[in-house]
Amino acid sequence: MTAPQAASRVLLDGAGPDHDAHLARYGVCPRPRLDHLLATLAHSGLVGRGGAGFPTAMKLRAVAAGSRKPVVVGNAMESEPLSSKDAVLLARNPHLVLDGLEILAQALHTRRTVLAVGPEVDPASAMAAAGTRGLQVVPLAGGFTAGQESALVNQLEGRLGVPRDPFTRVTERGVDGRPTLVLNAETLAQLALLVRYGAPWFRSVGTDDAPGRSLFTISGSVERPGVVEAAGGSRLVDVVAPAVPVRPAAVLVGGYHGGWVPASHLTVRLSAVDLAAFRTTVGAGVLHVLDDATCPVEFAADVTAYLAEESTGQCGPCLNGLPHLATNLRRLATGVRDPSLPSEIARMSALVTGRGACAHPDGSARFVASTLDVFRSHVAAHLDGYCPSSQRREAS
Amino acid sequence: MTARLHIDWTRCDGHGSCAELLPELLAVDDFGFPLSRDGERDPAVADRHRQAARHAVRSCPVMALRLYDAVG
Repeated sequence: MTAPQAASRVLLDGAGPDHDAHLARYGVCPRPRLDHLLATLAHSGLVGRGGAGFPTAMKLRAVAAGSRKPVVVGNAMESEPLSSKDAVLLARNPHLVLDGLEILAQALHTRRTVLAVGPEVDPASAMAAAGTRGLQVVPLAGGFTAGQESALVNQLEGRLGVPRDPFTRVTERGVDGRPTLVLNAETLAQLALLVRYGAPWFRSVGTDDAPGRSLFTISGSVERPGVVEAAGGSRLVDVVAPAVPVRPAAVLVGGYHGGWVPASHLTVRLSAVDLAAFRTTVGAGVLHVLDDATCPVEFAADVTAYLAEESTGQCGPCLNGLPHLATNLRRLATGVRDPSLPSEIARMSALVTGRGACAHPDGSARFVASTLDVFRSHVAAHLDGYCPSSQRREAS
Repeated sequence: MTARLHIDWTRCDGHGSCAELLPELLAVDDFGFPLSRDGERDPAVADRHRQAARHAVRSCPVMALRLYDAVG
């Protein structure tokens, strides 16, 4: 635990696909026993970095409880269009992600261990890195819900990548009927670090309810969009500062399934507890800055139309409800002065929630509800026949 | 243990027989799909509705329903 090592404990400061350079930086990949690994993960408080924020120790315990040899899947699908953190991580530090897979493979005595990569992620670095270590990188078809874990299981079995009925969890029965552990690429890299340096080291950064570091993808009205690494529980304003926001009106936290934090509240900390007030979570770390000259209702109508398109069409409430939401948001955005629109949109948001095989309707409804809530005065202006953003555009 | 009714949304086509057979538990939404009256994802089935629930499970033309015992 000398000073030069400390610098390498930042995820984005990797050695690229060169394995020797990786070994020089981090040393050999540790081989903890399952009980030790479980204890370390539980103590660390590591939660998944793919969006759902589920405790990694609980997932691992569920898979380890199965009687058959499990399958471990690294999830680098990066299905959210505004996210690029897993692509950047795999380009800069692919071996750390592969270390995470290898640690789990040997602790669980897996039948199969793969890294699933979506079409927006350049697999070159991961493949070059994996080739030297006998690990499998599988490029898969994309789509907003393709990274959902049961959809991933379907694709790995050669089926269409659509979510399954969650009655049976993939941790119980996933790829080829085996207990399957699906962990986000960043989660695997975090696991590889905390197994090396210990849970107390991991918890020494961040807050009690958001321990460790996380990757964030910053986009929208900023001078320097890109991926940054920050301590859990950092203030939103500090995390987006390196990207240099331009005339921010609000920040969308958690991507298209997330919620808005208005510019007046940018000192909020990025933790589950603090973001609850804005009915969102950190999700996969997407932070999208909206400027004050862009109409938030129009933005939301565009996003919701996209989300409706991305419904796999399996579940009735999502298949029918999301286009309904998108249509009414579009009407509101284009200046239809029907005062019943906000309540009808709110009713439909509630109606689709909790009624699908995956979280797509719930997440989409959450985003729409947040838009109506945070931008209610803007919505009211539309119903009065004008758009404050377009007035700002004309003034500037 | 509480009996609960699970809807497999990937199978459900909104045929509507479940809501007809179990009106105490299920309504129908704007699009003809079953809507849990208690708002729970898998609505609880009281003992007095258990027989009707079994009937609904058997009657679903796409086998989208199942009755199971859950803790809580």
